[in-house]
Amino acid sequence: MATLYRKTLNWLDERFGAGSVEEFLRHKTVPVSRHIIWYYLGGMTLFLFIIQVLTGILLLLYYRPTPNDAFESVQYIMTQVRFGWLIRSVHSWSANLMIFTAFVHMFSVYFLKAYRKPRELTWISGMLLFFILLGFGFSGYLLPWNTLAFFATKVGTEMAGSIPGIGKWLLVFLRGGEEVTGATLTRFFGFHVAVLPGLATLLLAIHLFLVQRLGMSVPPSVERAIAEGRTAQRSMPFFPSFLLRDMIGWYAALGVLGGLAAIFPWELGAKADAFAAAPAGIRPEWYFLFMFQTLKYLPAKILFLEGELAGLLGFGAVAAVWVLVPFLDRRAGFGRLTRFFTGLGIFALGYIVVVSALALR
Amino acid sequence: METADPTPRGTVQPGRRWVNLLLGSGVVASIISFIYPALRYIIPPPVAESPSRFVVAAKVGELKNNSGKIFKFGSRPALLVRLVDGSYRAFSAVCTHLNCTVQYRSDLREIWCACHNGLYDLGGRNVSGPPPRPLEIFEVHIQGEDVVVTRTA
Repeated sequence: MATLYRKTLNWLDERFGAGSVEEFLRHKTVPVSRHIIWYYLGGMTLFLFIIQVLTGILLLLYYRPTPNDAFESVQYIMTQVRFGWLIRSVHSWSANLMIFTAFVHMFSVYFLKAYRKPRELTWISGMLLFFILLGFGFSGYLLPWNTLAFFATKVGTEMAGSIPGIGKWLLVFLRGGEEVTGATLTRFFGFHVAVLPGLATLLLAIHLFLVQRLGMSVPPSVERAIAEGRTAQRSMPFFPSFLLRDMIGWYAALGVLGGLAAIFPWELGAKADAFAAAPAGIRPEWYFLFMFQTLKYLPAKILFLEGELAGLLGFGAVAAVWVLVPFLDRRAGFGRLTRFFTGLGIFALGYIVVVSALALR
Repeated sequence: METADPTPRGTVQPGRRWVNLLLGSGVVASIISFIYPALRYIIPPPVAESPSRFVVAAKVGELKNNSGKIFKFGSRPALLVRLVDGSYRAFSAVCTHLNCTVQYRSDLREIWCACHNGLYDLGGRNVSGPPPRPLEIFEVHIQGEDVVVTRTA
C-alpha cells in the first residue's frame, strides 16, 4: 500500500512535479495550545458545506421549482422517494449546523484576533463566505414554497426594498416583480443552485489558498507567552496529523446528522397561499431571529427615518465595522489586545444570544 | 538595414495617443453594449395593474358578525371585516410595515399583523407596533346577494 502510494506519487512527480504539491500541503502547521479546539471549526464548516452540495444534488433529482409543483415535489421527496426524508432532513439539518459552526468559527477567529496582519484578506474572504451562507439559507428557505417561507421572503425582500436609492431596484430584482410570486421562486432557485454555489466555490478557493499560504495564526496570548519564554512554540503538521483529527470530527458529525434527521425529520408546513393572512407565531430561521426581534421593538419612526430603515442602517453599520475590523483594530497587529474590539465582539455575541432568546419566548 | 527609432523610449507619439484613445473608448463602449442587455434582462417587464376597480368580496350572510375574510383584490390581498353591529369595512390586507398579510382579530376587535405584532384599529389607523402608515381603505356596497368592494378614486 505504502509502496503503491510512493510509486503513484513518483509517477505524478515525474510528470508535473507532484512533490511540490505535497510540499505545499506539508508546509502548513497547526499551533498547539489550549485554544486548539477552535481550529476545528473551519474544517467542520467546510465538511458540512460538502454535505450540502452532495445532498443538494440529490434533491435536484426530484425538486420542481414552480409554485404549482414545488411544495408537492418536496412532499413527494419526503413521503414517496426512498430515503427522501433522510436526504432532505440531512440537507436542512446540515444547513443549520453549518451556519452555527460558521458563526462559532467567525467569533473564535474574531476573539483570537486571527484577522490581524497579514491575514486581513483571509478574514474578508471568510466574511463574504459567511454572507453567502446566509444567502443560501434565505434563498433555500423559500424553495419548499410553504407559508412560513412565503412570508419570511416577503419581509426579507421588503427590507431590502427599504434601502435608500437602490432599494426599489433591488426588490424587483430579488422578487422578479413587485410581489413575491412564482417568479421569485424561480429566481431564488437559480440563486440557490447556480449563482451562490459558483460564488462560494470561488471564495472558498481563495479562503483556503490564503489559509494554506499564510499558515495558521498563533493567538496573541500564546505569542506573548512564547516571546517571554513562558512556553515553547508547539505545533503539529496539518497534513496528515491535524487532518486525521478533523476527520474524526467529520465522522462524528455524520452520525449526529443522521441521528437528527431520523429523530427530528424536517417539517414541511402548509403550502404557501398568497391570499391568506400571515399565521400567528411566524418567525424566520433562528439565525435571522435577532434581526427579526429587533424589528418588532423598533417604533414606526426613529427621528426622521422609518423604523425598519433605521434598524437596517444600524445592522449595516455594525456589519461594515465587523468586515473591516482587521483595518480598524490596527494595534492587534502588534499583539496587543485592543479592549474596544473585544468588547464589541462580546456585545455583538451577547446581543445576538439575548435577543434571539427573547424571540423564542 | 537599421532604422532609427524616431522617439525615445517611454514617450508616446501624439498620433499613437489618439489611436489608444479611440481603441480604448471603442472597447469600453463595446463592453457597455454587452452588459446593458444583461442588466435590462434582470429586471422583469412591468405587469399591467389589474384594471378591475371592484370585486365581489363575499356573499351576503357569508360572514358572521365580528369576523373577517381575506379576498383577492387585483393582484394583492384585501381584508373584509364584518363589525359587531353587522356593517362591513374593507381594507388593503398588506401591512404597511413589511408587506405581510394582516388579519382580523375578533378577540381584540382590531386588525393584527402576525409578522411583527403591528395593530390597526377598525378605521385602518396604525395604533401600535412598527407599522408606519394606516391601511388603505376601500368602499363596501351591498348589491343584491354580493358584498362588493371598490377602490376609492
